[in-house]
Amino acid sequence: MPSINDILILLPEVYLVVAACVLLLLDAYLKPGQKGAVHWLSILVMLIGAYLVVSGQPATPVTAFSGMFVRDGVAEVLKLFSLLITAVIFVYARPYLKERAIPFGEFYTLTIFATVGIMFLVSAGSLVTVYLGLELLTLSSYALVALNRDSPLSSEAAIKYFVLGALASGMLLYGMSMVYGATHSLDLHTIHAAIVGTEWKTLLLFGLVFMIVGIGFKLGAAPFHMWIPDVYQGSPTAVTVFIGSAQKLAAFGMAYRLLSTGMGDAAGGATGLAPQWQLMLAVLAVLSLAIGNLVAIVQTNLKRLLAYSTISHMGYLLLGLVNAGPEGYSASMFYAVSYALTSAAAFGMILVLSRSGFECEEIDDLRGLNQRSPWFAFLMLLVMFSLAGVPPLFGFFGKLLVLKAAVDAGMLWLALVGAVFAIIGLYYYLRVVKVMYFDQPAEGTDVRATADAPARWVLSINALALLVLGFTWAPLLAWCQRAFAS
Amino acid sequence: MITLSHYIVLGAILFCIAVAGLFINRKNVIVLLMAIELMLLAVNTNFVAFSRFFGDVGGQVFVFFILTVAAAESAIGLAILVLLFRNRSTINVAEIDSMKG
Repeated sequence: MPSINDILILLPEVYLVVAACVLLLLDAYLKPGQKGAVHWLSILVMLIGAYLVVSGQPATPVTAFSGMFVRDGVAEVLKLFSLLITAVIFVYARPYLKERAIPFGEFYTLTIFATVGIMFLVSAGSLVTVYLGLELLTLSSYALVALNRDSPLSSEAAIKYFVLGALASGMLLYGMSMVYGATHSLDLHTIHAAIVGTEWKTLLLFGLVFMIVGIGFKLGAAPFHMWIPDVYQGSPTAVTVFIGSAQKLAAFGMAYRLLSTGMGDAAGGATGLAPQWQLMLAVLAVLSLAIGNLVAIVQTNLKRLLAYSTISHMGYLLLGLVNAGPEGYSASMFYAVSYALTSAAAFGMILVLSRSGFECEEIDDLRGLNQRSPWFAFLMLLVMFSLAGVPPLFGFFGKLLVLKAAVDAGMLWLALVGAVFAIIGLYYYLRVVKVMYFDQPAEGTDVRATADAPARWVLSINALALLVLGFTWAPLLAWCQRAFAS
Repeated sequence: MITLSHYIVLGAILFCIAVAGLFINRKNVIVLLMAIELMLLAVNTNFVAFSRFFGDVGGQVFVFFILTVAAAESAIGLAILVLLFRNRSTINVAEIDSMKG
């Protein structure tokens, strides 16, 4: 029977749901001039949520509701960073939403609900919780993408995201139903235990393939990446930054729970289906690296360029997962965190440079940024170098770790593919830097950072953190490794 | 005598019809929504069949959750569709192509 202890384990999630409902009500009663309060309260809500996650963290992993919900080190790291990054996104989003008259209340409550979805997804201990967490996240995201109600691009992106997202959840569910049929259980640990002795190997493999399609879609790994460029370009940038950063942590958590906890990993002898899913992920990784990096070269739209760069980064994240051991998972999680921080800064830069009537989303819009706002040109330089993986920035160590994980898994060829595409990727990141520093601004354009002071300050801190963490990455890595050691 | 495999084949057929509906359809977004619903029903058939034949009630509980989420999903889908029609005056799949590359 569920007890009060179960509720206490879920305290951060319960708190966030209640807070989101209160914010929604509050927003309905506030006068138009006072809507700004919702913004500051939402940031406070996220920070308190992050505090609850860390302060209530049990020393050893605990489960609630008969194993449906797991609270362990992995969940702690992923939840903490998704909450903090979402709080940062709120700061970036405010001037953008204000100038475009996008409703405040809806944006904040939907984003908080999506974050709760992330938290359930990364804490899932059963197929039901994986599905419910995923749907809470994606249903909120569909609505967020369509939030700019008068923009044809926004509604086109929303319908594409919706149809492909629903297809992917259908595939995932179909896979789940087969896994359930083969193992007679919805609990991930029981599924893992049942895999070794099952006589329904074919059904199980079918199920695994369908589930990997769902995971690949959520990550945005090729060949399930079709939605990424259109959704990134079409949705309001304040939403793109959320989809592009915090959601990647959720996708990693989902892949880890379903594949490692559910389908078995390489550690500890009983391998389950690890050899099969390692191979499938390796194929996804190579395709993502190739498609992401090569197609990004020809992009002229900055948001689209970052979308293809996301696809290639998910390829690197998969390199760590392919290892299928604690070392590979921790490398992957480190990579997910470093990518989420970097892409929050990258899209944050677009938000800070945009203003009413001007979307800074073409690469050419950045021409001569160094002459107008040298400080922000420098920050963008840091972000681009971190995405490209130039030492000593944060992104470099993430890449190094996942490549090492792939080598350790005996897939030297995969690591070589990753390294070659990292060099190819350097080209389009450096092109953005070249445009900012060496091109003259076009006639009649005036690109400069016009956002309010909090957004500019937080963006500066976010981008400088990439440099600082490039030197002090060891504690974060140790934390990731501890999470998987237990 | 109807066995478990009959139900699994039924589920597979429904699922294939749904996927075909999603990929072949070039006319109308509403048909896409119908295909998505059909896909979820195929999954439900599978779950209920397994659940019934193994005497494990978990699968049927999962079906309740899937049905509930499917309702929310179609509500959001139709809302986005209304928005799309208002902005572009068309719900023809072939014409929703302003973003490329």
